[in-house]
Amino acid sequence: MTLQAYLTLAAMLFCIGFFGVMTRRNTIGILLGIELMLNAVNINLVAFARYHGDVSGMVFTVFTICITVAEVALGLALVILIYRIRRTAVADHLDLLKG
Amino acid sequence: MTLESITFGGLAVVLLASALAVVLTRNLFHSVLYLALSLVATAGLFLSLDAEFLAAIQLLLYAGGVVTIVVFAIVVTERLVGDRITQTSRQLLAGFGIAGALLVAILAVFRRAPLTVRRPPVSGDLTRAIGESLLTTHVLPFELLAVLFLAALVGALYLARPDD
Repeated sequence: MTLQAYLTLAAMLFCIGFFGVMTRRNTIGILLGIELMLNAVNINLVAFARYHGDVSGMVFTVFTICITVAEVALGLALVILIYRIRRTAVADHLDLLKG
Repeated sequence: MTLESITFGGLAVVLLASALAVVLTRNLFHSVLYLALSLVATAGLFLSLDAEFLAAIQLLLYAGGVVTIVVFAIVVTERLVGDRITQTSRQLLAGFGIAGALLVAILAVFRRAPLTVRRPPVSGDLTRAIGESLLTTHVLPFELLAVLFLAALVGALYLARPDD
């Protein structure tokens, strides 16, 4: 397979994730969209690393995967906290900072 | 059709179909299960790129860890709210337009600068190379990652602490 094929697939996956982030109203749904986008980025990194024979891209992928896990854990802790206080998960209802 | 292109095509179809299911399914729980499927398909793609170590990490951390955390969060919040979480989407058409425009723009860039690089043969053990690079060249970000995890652990515990 060509590098182009991997990049195209990753671009499609990224756009699907982006679509999810924009259209979902539930905060957990938005987080899932972000997961898809980060996943597309990982595919790009690994494909470039493999096709250029440089292992640094794969090391960077290890970092992005680990950081994503930390992000999800914190994001869901925030969601649970917001649920407890506001009793809602819909992002549009979270307008405490709106003047 | 070589075996390689058949594998890639199959993985691509599974990946894109499950990703679409993630963003379009109404039931949030089904959405998470489709996310697990798409993450496993991504691990398959990593295998097709000779990155066995990353495929294993992908399965362990993403498909294992993230999906478990999200399922746990759904169960907890459903119990707090008392009714099942269905998620509705809004402005589907506008979202589709923007995401489609982004995809067209990216593909246009690909067409303007076609990449003709060939895949070099695997030189040595990639897992070994990743490990050596991780503990020599990239040892500082590696240690910082440990600090990040500690901060995330403390932060998550603080945020999710019981009311007193």
